[in-house]
Amino acid sequence: MNLIWLQSGGCGGCTMSLLCSDARDLLGLLRDAGINILWHPSLSEQTGPEALALLEACANGEIPLDLLCVEGAMLRGPAGSGRFHVLAGSGKPMIHWVEALAARARHTLAIGSCAAWGGISAGGTNPTEACGLQYEGETRGGLLGAGYRGSAGLPVINVAGCPTHPGWVVDTLLALALGEFGADALDALARPRFYADQLVHHGCSRNEFYEFKASAEKPSDLGCMMEHLGCKGTQAHADCNLRPWNGSGSCTSGGYACISCTEPGFETPGHPFAQTPKVAGIPIGLPSDMPKAWFVALAALSKSATPRRVRENATADHPQITPAIRRTGLK
Amino acid sequence: MNRIVVGPFNRVEGDLEVTLDVADGRVAAARVNSPLFRGFEQILVGKDPRDALVFVPRICGICSVSQSAAAAAALRAAMGLAVPDNGRHAANLVLATENLADHFTHFYLFFMPDFARDAYAGRRWFEAARARFKAVEGSATADALPARAAFMHTLGLLAGKWPHTLSLQPGGSARAVSAAEKIRLYALLREFRGWLERRLFGDSLEAIAALDSMAALEAWAAARPPGASDFRLFLEIAADLKLRRAGRATDVYLSYGAYGDADDALFARGVWRPGSATTALDAGAIVEDVSHAWLRDEAPRHPLQGHTWPDADKAGAYSWCKAPRLGGEVVECGALARQLVDGQPLLRELVTGEGGSVFARVLGRLLEFARVLPAMETWVRAIEPGAPFCAQGELPDDAQGVGLVEAARGALGHWLTVRHGRIVGYQIIAPTTWNFSPRDAAGTPGALEQALVGLPMAEDGSVPALVQHVVRSFDPCMVCTVH
Ligand code: SF4
Ligand code: SF4
Repeated sequence: MNLIWLQSGGCGGCTMSLLCSDARDLLGLLRDAGINILWHPSLSEQTGPEALALLEACANGEIPLDLLCVEGAMLRGPAGSGRFHVLAGSGKPMIHWVEALAARARHTLAIGSCAAWGGISAGGTNPTEACGLQYEGETRGGLLGAGYRGSAGLPVINVAGCPTHPGWVVDTLLALALGEFGADALDALARPRFYADQLVHHGCSRNEFYEFKASAEKPSDLGCMMEHLGCKGTQAHADCNLRPWNGSGSCTSGGYACISCTEPGFETPGHPFAQTPKVAGIPIGLPSDMPKAWFVALAALSKSATPRRVRENATADHPQITPAIRRTGLK
Repeated sequence: MNRIVVGPFNRVEGDLEVTLDVADGRVAAARVNSPLFRGFEQILVGKDPRDALVFVPRICGICSVSQSAAAAAALRAAMGLAVPDNGRHAANLVLATENLADHFTHFYLFFMPDFARDAYAGRRWFEAARARFKAVEGSATADALPARAAFMHTLGLLAGKWPHTLSLQPGGSARAVSAAEKIRLYALLREFRGWLERRLFGDSLEAIAALDSMAALEAWAAARPPGASDFRLFLEIAADLKLRRAGRATDVYLSYGAYGDADDALFARGVWRPGSATTALDAGAIVEDVSHAWLRDEAPRHPLQGHTWPDADKAGAYSWCKAPRLGGEVVECGALARQLVDGQPLLRELVTGEGGSVFARVLGRLLEFARVLPAMETWVRAIEPGAPFCAQGELPDDAQGVGLVEAARGALGHWLTVRHGRIVGYQIIAPTTWNFSPRDAAGTPGALEQALVGLPMAEDGSVPALVQHVVRSFDPCMVCTVH
């Protein structure tokens, strides 16, 4: 399968993240699956006119294009002209190239939240009129339009994340190459379900603190970061705490809150990222599948039952009290 | 006069276009265009200042930690915080990991594959270069990527993930290290050291760091065959292609100093030029000129007074990049500048004799592996589990802060102004903004624009690989440049 990778209004971080894949030989793995990287801006030999000739040949159908991976937001400005990103050497806006290539591609993949929804590039006043391939924030549409389908029939596959996890990209590409990825593999926001059907909260190393509402109060504390430090792990769709980053990491194990970077609009939370918005002392963004009254009642109960170990460790940067050793008599 | 537009320039970070005016078979003038603009300096205005820690790493996915470090430093200055020792060691480790990983990526994925191009078929070193460095297919890609990924496991432990961590905070690091994790970090560094000593250098890091003159380097090379290591092969290619003679810019070098504050930094801060001692940096003398950028403004401004107002129709403009100048001068930054300012004797001898070059820039990066990794080992050993990693404090409602750090590619500065608890000004000058700046109001070209002048075109009039070597020798990061 021929693959073309383009970068536009993003930071290149999804490519850099991909290169952290823990596969022994990432490019060999893709090659072995029959994926032929026709051109990738960070990896390929071809530069200048040779690279443009390849894109041209794919855009006019001379070379079949199976996988179009786009990283970075689509910059439509100024005034719809696309001139905030002209593909170097071509004189044409990148949005032109993406439209032309997407029209030929069997599958189009948005790599990362910028390409999926607009992402961080669409933050603040969105000075560049950034949007995603098939979404603008939560609204379907984007550059290619809500009706867009790759020639194999799927909408844009949103491998969302900021950056996206290398495993999410590699698994999606391999599943497509093996022919094991159909419409039912996508969630309601067209993200691959194998990672989007999880919550970041699942497997978080702070779950015991969460249970007792033993909360971190400042950066470097060990407690759960939902109550005070802005953690959205109970709402964010991703398997970050089940599938480690860079060997063993995740945002929450790294000492900071999940900012729900796989979700549309994460860049505009309406409050400082590291602060939990509350009404009458109760966080407004409660776990998505829990009625508020129940949450309040359970939190009050669990707070009253918090073991001293959990309570004291929650506001320290290393355990102050270790679990007791008890002779239970059990064998 | 013939005008050639080169782009897209791949195997650099981000999108780059270079326009060459050619006369008598040589480059007579060059214009460097960064054709992508996102507007982070506008996106940040109106935000809670701490939100900068979420936004700025996303300026760049290859040097995301250095952006975080600059923002944390600017906030720290505004808050008047002092970082505990553990926090300093952790932050140094996080930044050093990214910087070395960038040097690694540059050498193996971006720079060396050009020597495996068919244009060099027939050179005595060509078959070896092709087998090892051919883009995507060469043995180095299959070999170096897993080594890099394993090295980045230090960031899984210290920073949660890379790119785009939030562990770097104004007061230090939000991620305390336990006694067991300290040992794992040490083991990861030793593993990477082993790879570098086996594959990259074919010698110990200490032996490489001890190379203190050109004579010592030449003797080192003469004692081993060209196939002995990747470094040895690079020396062979560089000698054959005379890379010491290509790509000279202004020979004024700027470094903000790296890994620690002024006095106890691993690498010194200052400005150096051949034939003189390092002089102190006057950060007040930095201005950004927008005369040839698609930005609206009149006078050059210091970044604390700076604006970023796009104007895509501006006549005479050819890039989204501003033109930073230090006391009116075009300066170069990067690993070479960092080492020259710090006084590394081999590089000083090289640049004093022949000026900056493709060879000197790449050598500067390679020597940093040998100087920085051993320092990282001492920082890990100095961590004291149980002692604090992060100081806490309040941010005043009205404040200013400046954060000056060294990214892999050189001097990175953030200038922050806060009013009524919100960001009202945030200006960024990235390393490649210095190196790839367009002309200023006086018409003086930027560092790369000068380094390209005089290069010969290929016999058939096409753009030779040498142009690529000069551009890539700076390891440009275009997404940072215009942010
Ligand atoms: S820190 Fe976040 S992800 Fe972890 S337990 Fe608390 S709410 Fe869940
Ligand atoms: S933990 Fe949250 S913010 Fe971090 S990568 Fe996962 S989804 Fe994104």
